[in-house]
Amino acid sequence: MPVKAAPSRKHQLNQLAERANFVRTETVRLTRIAGAGHYSAVFSCAELFAVLYYAQLRLDPARPDWPERDRFVLSKGHAAIGLYPVLADLGYFDKSELDTYTRLGSPFGDHPDMKRIPGIDFSSGSLGHGLSVSVGMALAGRMSELDYRTYCLLGDGELAEGQIWEAAMSAGHFGLGNLVAIVDANQLGIDGFVRDIMPAEPIDERFSAFGWQTHRVDGHDIGALLDLFAALPDPGGSRPQLIVADTIKGKGVARMELSPDWHVGNLVGADYDDVMAELGSGSTHGN
Amino acid sequence: MATDTQDQSEIFNGTANVGLKDTRSVDGTDTRTIPAFVFGEELADLAEHDPRIVVLTADLGRSNRALDFAARHPTRFVNVGIAEKNMITIAAGMASCGYVPFAATFGSFAALLCAEQIRTDCAYPDLPVRVVGHHSGMSMGFYGTSHHSLEDLGMMRTIADLTVVCATDANHLRALLRLSLNHPGAMYLRLGRGRDPEVYAAVPELILGRAETVRDGSDLTIIATGSEVHPAVQAAEILAAQGISSRVVDMWTISPLDRAAVLDAAESTGAVLTVEEGNVTGGLGTAVAEILLEAGARVPFRRHGVPDEHVPVGPPAALYAHYRLDAPGIAEVAHELLTSTKGKQA
Repeated sequence: MPVKAAPSRKHQLNQLAERANFVRTETVRLTRIAGAGHYSAVFSCAELFAVLYYAQLRLDPARPDWPERDRFVLSKGHAAIGLYPVLADLGYFDKSELDTYTRLGSPFGDHPDMKRIPGIDFSSGSLGHGLSVSVGMALAGRMSELDYRTYCLLGDGELAEGQIWEAAMSAGHFGLGNLVAIVDANQLGIDGFVRDIMPAEPIDERFSAFGWQTHRVDGHDIGALLDLFAALPDPGGSRPQLIVADTIKGKGVARMELSPDWHVGNLVGADYDDVMAELGSGSTHGN
Repeated sequence: MATDTQDQSEIFNGTANVGLKDTRSVDGTDTRTIPAFVFGEELADLAEHDPRIVVLTADLGRSNRALDFAARHPTRFVNVGIAEKNMITIAAGMASCGYVPFAATFGSFAALLCAEQIRTDCAYPDLPVRVVGHHSGMSMGFYGTSHHSLEDLGMMRTIADLTVVCATDANHLRALLRLSLNHPGAMYLRLGRGRDPEVYAAVPELILGRAETVRDGSDLTIIATGSEVHPAVQAAEILAAQGISSRVVDMWTISPLDRAAVLDAAESTGAVLTVEEGNVTGGLGTAVAEILLEAGARVPFRRHGVPDEHVPVGPPAALYAHYRLDAPGIAEVAHELLTSTKGKQA
């Protein structure tokens, strides 16, 4: 088996990189339908979406309400535009439905609606709530004696919300080893750098002080993400897990990387074509 | 294994070494039989047969008697500490996994501090979270504005897909808790301080959206809710001695409101007085006014409650008298309504 292990790993890395690119190209495509949308906060977590949904989460798209599934709470709900294509790709709903994005009556708005979209475990949009939701899901899992994990994706700017720290304190106190919080530390808020607006660092030390076991990883390094998730301690443990994923807001599109101008935007005309070409959309679009 | 769970639960819920049998209120009254104090006990009974029930509080388990529940179901009780927003959203997360959580704290913190969590995390996803706001209105007296919830009815009833109900007394609260178990969406339950005298001698059979007529009459209808139902009944007795026959409607179901009961009150008795322990702006009185006006019912009408101001310092009983929200005060206001406006309408 060692002979096959290396090619298999390489194949997996390529596949996941290709799915991360799919997240980016679909985000660009869907934003054009809406006329405005979140680009750069999706691009920073595209590899996280790919690794979680195609390699890590225990899911069954045929049974979105399966009680034993892993939960995923997109606390940074404005990245939903990048998650919808993944859910469609996995078979939660028909891909053609994505084309209704933001049209009157569509299930798909800028922020995710758990009542309308199979595969969305909780509605989000107001920052600062998702970690509390996840604590509730993790408590429920323990009460029900189910061994699922709850994953929560947060932004680093979002950590300025006080409720995050209420939730962090309670997760540590309740000893929720079945809870995994991931901070997409993409460095930017809307008005500029998080470090200038309201610094969140040292994120890992702050969570550690509340009883969390912490990890730090390059959030665009698919191999490192795979290894880190695979090495998470048993969900029956007593320490919630925090992963600080160091990322670049706008990753993958040069004009957007670490630029505060692309939190929300709309690419039109030649700019749209240029960005799609930069992302190599020809190899991924329509997959 | 069971012992481990028990120990861990007692530690993280903070239920160890609590004198659960002490039911005295601050003035020494035995409060065992009044609303806030049957909250934990009734839920503990219901939880014997319903594994979905969990109870959360934010370091107020003594105040709301959630500890009565914790004593019997320690693994289904969560004390989040003084973090109300976290509590409501945790409850929502648990509800999304099949539980029916009752999250209890003072009404001021539940409704005002957590308004967004109630709307966005409970009502919008249509989850069966029961937000229990106790010690509502100005029942905390001299604790002051920070501890009063005079705005909660007005705020909560404007939230879509949120059911809003008020407990009248202990038996009524038991009925509400039972009714809530099979209600599909989110609810805000408004409770008093736990000292509300008995209106219902037995646990009533309640239907959501249908008010209870607790006394019939022909000259006037007093539509009251929560803690004001009992003084409204007493006021009706005072009025009866003055030759005025009053119907008293317990409008415990604020959202949905009982439209038919309101219109029938106007038609059958010809005058309507609403009474609530809350700011008159936006609450029960406003809701009733909307129905009357839109139906074209031109009857003498008055909203009685706390005017649009912050209440002064004072013991609860003094505040009720100050705002004429006690029985003599309500009777007085009713009398004014009938003498000052009914003649003009005729």
